[in-house]
Amino acid sequence: MNARRESEVAPMTNRTTVERTSERELVITRTVNGPARLVWEAWTRAELFRQWWVPKWLGMTLLSCELDVRVGGSYRLVFAHGDSEMAFFGTYKEVVPHSRLVWTNEEGDGCPVTTVTFTEEEGRTLLVMHDLYPSKEALDAGGGAADAMAQTFEQLDELLVTLGASAER
Amino acid sequence: MVQYAQTHFDASFAALSDPTRRGVLEQLGRADASITDLAGKFRMTLTGMKKHVGVLEQAGLVTTEKVGRVRTCRLGPRRLEEEAAWIERYRQLWDARFDELDKVVEELKRKEKVDERKKRE
Repeated sequence: MNARRESEVAPMTNRTTVERTSERELVITRTVNGPARLVWEAWTRAELFRQWWVPKWLGMTLLSCELDVRVGGSYRLVFAHGDSEMAFFGTYKEVVPHSRLVWTNEEGDGCPVTTVTFTEEEGRTLLVMHDLYPSKEALDAGGGAADAMAQTFEQLDELLVTLGASAER
Repeated sequence: MVQYAQTHFDASFAALSDPTRRGVLEQLGRADASITDLAGKFRMTLTGMKKHVGVLEQAGLVTTEKVGRVRTCRLGPRRLEEEAAWIERYRQLWDARFDELDKVVEELKRKEKVDERKKRE
């Protein structure tokens, strides 16, 4: 009985998709192997959120993470970025437990409003995130910024490969 | 979207298969030019050059703008390829994030099971 249950929850990697659905909107989807209430917990409790929001390969350190998940509550993430600090912050606009979360990104003009919905099916949860930008130009610029960031990470990856190779010698 | 990219690729390929059109792209890489300028440089009729520019325009390689009686041609932004590149990088970031989220949720599920067992004991 137990063995059967174990095989049902065998880890499985699902596909992440990103699509630009309009001039102002990006949609990201992914199915996570767990019920919506647990995915919700991981998204709304700071001590869990900080375990996954910054994948290790990003090479960034999360200095602090405060999430006040209620309508009108705010969040603030502070990263170490070289010698300086970089903050991401905003306000929760809609909070429907286990189902829907909407927040603003207020680092500057042109930041998107993000909506994520949690849909549970057979013990797994489909996440659909919408990033709605104020204009086409803002999305283009946001994409450029994300690209610049990603390129930095690629450089970091290369550095790690080099370091790894020299350590093996 | 994939379909659109394929069509776009085919159009680019057809546009680049002609030596005059490749020459026009090279020329526009140096400076913007009117259809009349291009027709003169490539010793062609205006109508012939308009056709070539039309093909390049459809492929997204060239954009044109008519001001008064002059149509100016310049290199197109070829946004599709740039956009596909940053969307793919963005996807990789989210993919990595969600892989970590899976681990956190897996750990929560494991803890719940342990708690259930404890309750039963």
